[in-house]
Amino acid sequence: MARHVIAKVDEVENGKSKLVKVAGRDIALFNVKGEFFAIANRCPHEGADLCRGQVVGLAEADEPGKVRMTRHGELIRCPWHGWEFDIRTGKSWCDPARTRVKSFDVSVAKGGTLTEGPYQAETFPVSIDEDYVVVEI
Amino acid sequence: MDHAVLDKDTTPEKDPTLEKDRGADARLGIVDCDIHPAFGSPAELAKFLPVRWRDHLADYGQRSANPVVGTLPYPRMTPGNGMRRDAWPPNGGPPASDLAYLQEQLLDPLGIEYGILQPLAAGSSTLNQELGAAMCAAVNDWQLDKWTGPDPRLKASISVTQEDVPAALAEIEARIGDRSFAQIAIPPRTIEPAGRRRYWPIYEAAEHYDMPIGMHSAAYGQHTNSGAGWLNFYIEEHYAFSHSLQSVVTSMVFEGVFERFPKLKLVVVEGGFAWAAPLMWRLDKQWERMRSEVPHVKRPPSDYIRENVWFTTQPIEEPENNRHLLDTLRWVGTDRLMFSTDYPHWDFDDPRYAFKVPLSPTERAQIFRDNAKNVYRLP
Repeated sequence: MARHVIAKVDEVENGKSKLVKVAGRDIALFNVKGEFFAIANRCPHEGADLCRGQVVGLAEADEPGKVRMTRHGELIRCPWHGWEFDIRTGKSWCDPARTRVKSFDVSVAKGGTLTEGPYQAETFPVSIDEDYVVVEI
Repeated sequence: MDHAVLDKDTTPEKDPTLEKDRGADARLGIVDCDIHPAFGSPAELAKFLPVRWRDHLADYGQRSANPVVGTLPYPRMTPGNGMRRDAWPPNGGPPASDLAYLQEQLLDPLGIEYGILQPLAAGSSTLNQELGAAMCAAVNDWQLDKWTGPDPRLKASISVTQEDVPAALAEIEARIGDRSFAQIAIPPRTIEPAGRRRYWPIYEAAEHYDMPIGMHSAAYGQHTNSGAGWLNFYIEEHYAFSHSLQSVVTSMVFEGVFERFPKLKLVVVEGGFAWAAPLMWRLDKQWERMRSEVPHVKRPPSDYIRENVWFTTQPIEEPENNRHLLDTLRWVGTDRLMFSTDYPHWDFDDPRYAFKVPLSPTERAQIFRDNAKNVYRLP
């Protein structure tokens, strides 16, 4: 396990995503209401780029005509066939046990804490005063 | 469906979506039987229309049998009426309106040796049949000018007005000498069932020139999309494509089209294929009992379907257990199936991942290349 600095916190806005390449993997990083989550970028169904999908909420209905919209901005809908994945867990909504994308542990850290220890900042220099998103792989 | 967790690296050798190494067959030349070219703007089509019809379109528009002018009956779930979200060309315009981007995103990376263009410009379904014929001719010119000329991998469809048979025949005659055209395109929801004799002169010409009739599922048609009227949801329209094509196949069998035109080729495009197996079983069973009603149908219905009809594979059937796809493919017949992507639509199938079952090398070659090369007479 290594920890990789993959973004500055202010470069991915709420509701947006960023594609990052880390240790040979394509990872889609999401900002969900100020929290960061990272999942594998490729849809397990036919391989589309999830970071190019649509961030959506969850539409449910207990009976016809009684629709609830919840979990705004917490699901990513694949840009091709519309599979919906929970950004927090990588599990698909329709088939969570069998169709899911790998989810990675993400944290936010001050630049000052990243200048020593086992961190790897591969793509940009880290400055002491700013906050960074770190993924563990 | 069983979809693997993406827990491997993403190098091409180890493919995480397939969960196995990519074999050498990944480089098999592919024929994609369903590509939808788009106009960059309406002016692109207008350029090929006579002034008379350009003015008419500007003043009166184009009426089809659809209930609302200027829109599809079902606005679809992604921008651009059902496009892949990642297919918008970086230089602007709608998906599949930019040849360079279509080459970069579809033809080159997926190893597509030939692509059959299926323009959905609705000239065939235009109520003003003279306008429809002019639009079909313009779409045919446009395919040559914008697509097949610059990239000979692409093959065009002869769009015709099937409800105005003399006009359709004139358009076929005008195009038939140009091998840039690979089929004659007719939308499935015709005014009368597809097997009726009013359409036979078109089938006769198709057989005579050895040009397949391609019937692509269409939002446009002369009738509602179900026998009970317009269905409510887009999710239902998607399903309705399959029963409109079941009606086409059944009508053509029982009206005796394939008996009268034994070399006619019918390609069922984007209507699904798994249903073809139980349809054949059912038709054969009834034919054994009621053959005397249709004595002109001399052989079991499945005989004609297995000789005269092919099915494109997208949207691929996805049984809960992947292995059942193999049974389905073999029931229908791997000699009847032809791969298609439906690019740039949202329900696109990627040739690398759509078939989540181990096809034999022969079956793979049939479905991805050889059947289509034979049907469309591609070199």
